[in-house]
Amino acid sequence: MNRVGKKFFMTIVSAVLLLGLLAGCSSSSSGKGSGGSVVVWNDVSGDAKDAIDKMVDRFNKANSDITVKSQYFETNPYKQKLHIVMGADNAPDIFSNWGGGGLKDYIDAGDVLDLTPYLKDDSDKYLSSIMKSVTFDGKIYGVPHGNLQQVNFFYNKEIFKKYNLNPPKTWDDLLDAVKVLKSKGIAPIALGGKDKWPDLMYFEYLVDRIGGSEPFNNVAAGKDNAWSDPSIQKAIQMMQQLVKAGAFEQGFSSVGSGDGEDAALLYTGKAAMWLMGSWGYTSVLSDAKDFVDKGNLGWFTFPTVSGGKGDPSDVAGNPSEFYSISKNTKNKKAAIKFLKDANLNDKNVSDLIKISNVPAVNGIDSQLKDSDNGDYMSFSYDIIKNAKYFQQSWDTALSTKEGNRLNEDLSKVLLNQMSPQEFSTDMNKYLK
Amino acid sequence: MLGTRMNWQRWVMVLPALVFFVVFALVPMCVAVYYSGLSWDGITDPIWVGMKNWVTVFKDGEAWQSTWLTIELMGLCWITQCPLSLVLGVFMAGKQKHRTVFSIFYFIPLLFSAAAIGVTWSYILNPNFGLVNAILKAIGIGNGNENWLGNPHLALFIVSLIIAWQFVPFNSLLFQGGAKQIPESLYEAARIDGAGPFRIFFSITLPQLKYTIVTASVLILTGTLTYFDLIYVLTGGGPGSATQVLAMDMYKQAFINNDLGMGSVMAIILAVFGLVLSLLILKFTGFNRMDSQKEGM
Repeated sequence: MNRVGKKFFMTIVSAVLLLGLLAGCSSSSSGKGSGGSVVVWNDVSGDAKDAIDKMVDRFNKANSDITVKSQYFETNPYKQKLHIVMGADNAPDIFSNWGGGGLKDYIDAGDVLDLTPYLKDDSDKYLSSIMKSVTFDGKIYGVPHGNLQQVNFFYNKEIFKKYNLNPPKTWDDLLDAVKVLKSKGIAPIALGGKDKWPDLMYFEYLVDRIGGSEPFNNVAAGKDNAWSDPSIQKAIQMMQQLVKAGAFEQGFSSVGSGDGEDAALLYTGKAAMWLMGSWGYTSVLSDAKDFVDKGNLGWFTFPTVSGGKGDPSDVAGNPSEFYSISKNTKNKKAAIKFLKDANLNDKNVSDLIKISNVPAVNGIDSQLKDSDNGDYMSFSYDIIKNAKYFQQSWDTALSTKEGNRLNEDLSKVLLNQMSPQEFSTDMNKYLK
Repeated sequence: MLGTRMNWQRWVMVLPALVFFVVFALVPMCVAVYYSGLSWDGITDPIWVGMKNWVTVFKDGEAWQSTWLTIELMGLCWITQCPLSLVLGVFMAGKQKHRTVFSIFYFIPLLFSAAAIGVTWSYILNPNFGLVNAILKAIGIGNGNENWLGNPHLALFIVSLIIAWQFVPFNSLLFQGGAKQIPESLYEAARIDGAGPFRIFFSITLPQLKYTIVTASVLILTGTLTYFDLIYVLTGGGPGSATQVLAMDMYKQAFINNDLGMGSVMAIILAVFGLVLSLLILKFTGFNRMDSQKEGM
């Protein structure tokens, strides 16, 4: 189809989809003055939304000629919505994203503004391990905002104390702890397998611990048979070893994570451990504040694997969320000013810390330590700052199609419907 | 009677419906056929790849599995819905006391949206905190450890039961209407001949409801073919791909994997499947020439 035809079709589709939105919001943003108006799309809610609202208000007050408007969506519909407006060249001025392969798709389609020339004097502002996710061919296409989202284990300290267990340092320690907990009738690890992406967290950590970053880089580069890497096969075997040892709660494949069910297993004492992104801390905090206040929530980094090539300091997860500017924005200047002046400035950083979010900026160690949930926040900040390598979640780092297939296949691996060999064969078909 | 003069008027009458049908059914279908030959993620320029998507779909066997699951689900839904709604419908058409009260209870599920039903049932069936396991444990059946929606061998069956919970009320409404149409004189005659309640049911009610059964079956089968929302909320196609029916697969390919070509292939398979199904039903049930069974009364 030619470009015009495609555009026409996508315009119609997005018009229909947007109709619902327009009916809901009374968007009567009239640009005041010469600076123009800037629309920002976000996919957060609750405290995080309030923090962004405050940031926008402050910016609008300080810049009388610019009007910034922030809009909020649910994560999953947001991904689809963004995809459609991008196709119709009708994107908002600033859009939130996860960097990696998803953003790369938009960059390749020529939809994203190269921010490199505008960020020259900001090179020390952001954590360098984070910026890798928005840097392609040496050009920077986004700046971080909001919370760092690394993955680590959480555990129920009360249960560990009761059975004289220590946080596992190695894979063998973990298997021993699983055995003990299992014999006491407690689910060793809570896993929200219904949502599939929690399965990936085990996979990406294990691959890195066993084989370092090389297996991932080969897959990302689309090398022939990259998925047949021995480290990847070993990681799959180890995941099945966990299932066989009864490490996960019964029915883990129908337990959700997005709805907070896996977290509930942990704080109700039905499960002892939980591998989750840093948002797990905030969700336990809001659902079971007592549990945190009593000091029952503990955390540790993913265990090491003996003989593995990966550095024990390596961290996996979503680095952060990012703001990028779409190429066809009419208010480039205002959008850039917003990202540089308002996003992650001192006031925004302190707002974020107040709601237990750790922003991806340098030099906030002491500020974090003194805050309400300083213990966990300092832990997050330190492991990311000290990480030799930050492994971005494979599903957002790879192309959408390959990433989704990966999550799908991993869920089959955990159900023992797929052997390590079958996994590699199937995934090799999706190499880009 | 209708001479050639009337012809243009007939066309005018048909026109609005025809326009709608062409714009909203035929055109999208042709576009889908075109899309099925593209490699396109919706944002970059589409690339024409010819039959490649079709070859992939038929070679890796996943489409076959989805098709088979869809057929399986259709069978399960018919078995769980049709007999039960027949019995309920006939019961509600009778003259028992409190019949209306019962009927109101039966109709409640019909008022809920599929999403609400899905969320509610996934909580009820939750393996760790769910009501069903708690009750089973309390009355001593099993150890309260059954994993209803997470067990690949059980999930599709459980899904069909929940679909039945949602649609039995609607189907029994059809049967109630059908049963009420049966003339009282037939029953009187049967009773005079000495027929018992079972004999009356099998010799009069059931044959008289023949076309209602056909109608209900057609609705159940075609409805299940494209059934999506409840499955999406309950299992998302999982565990593994145990409940990934055709409609679910199509959605995933097109809107999760952003592969509009593959999604269109699935859509066409679904459309052809539906077409064949309707033709078969028309052929074997005489649905198109349903006539009155009350001639001479």
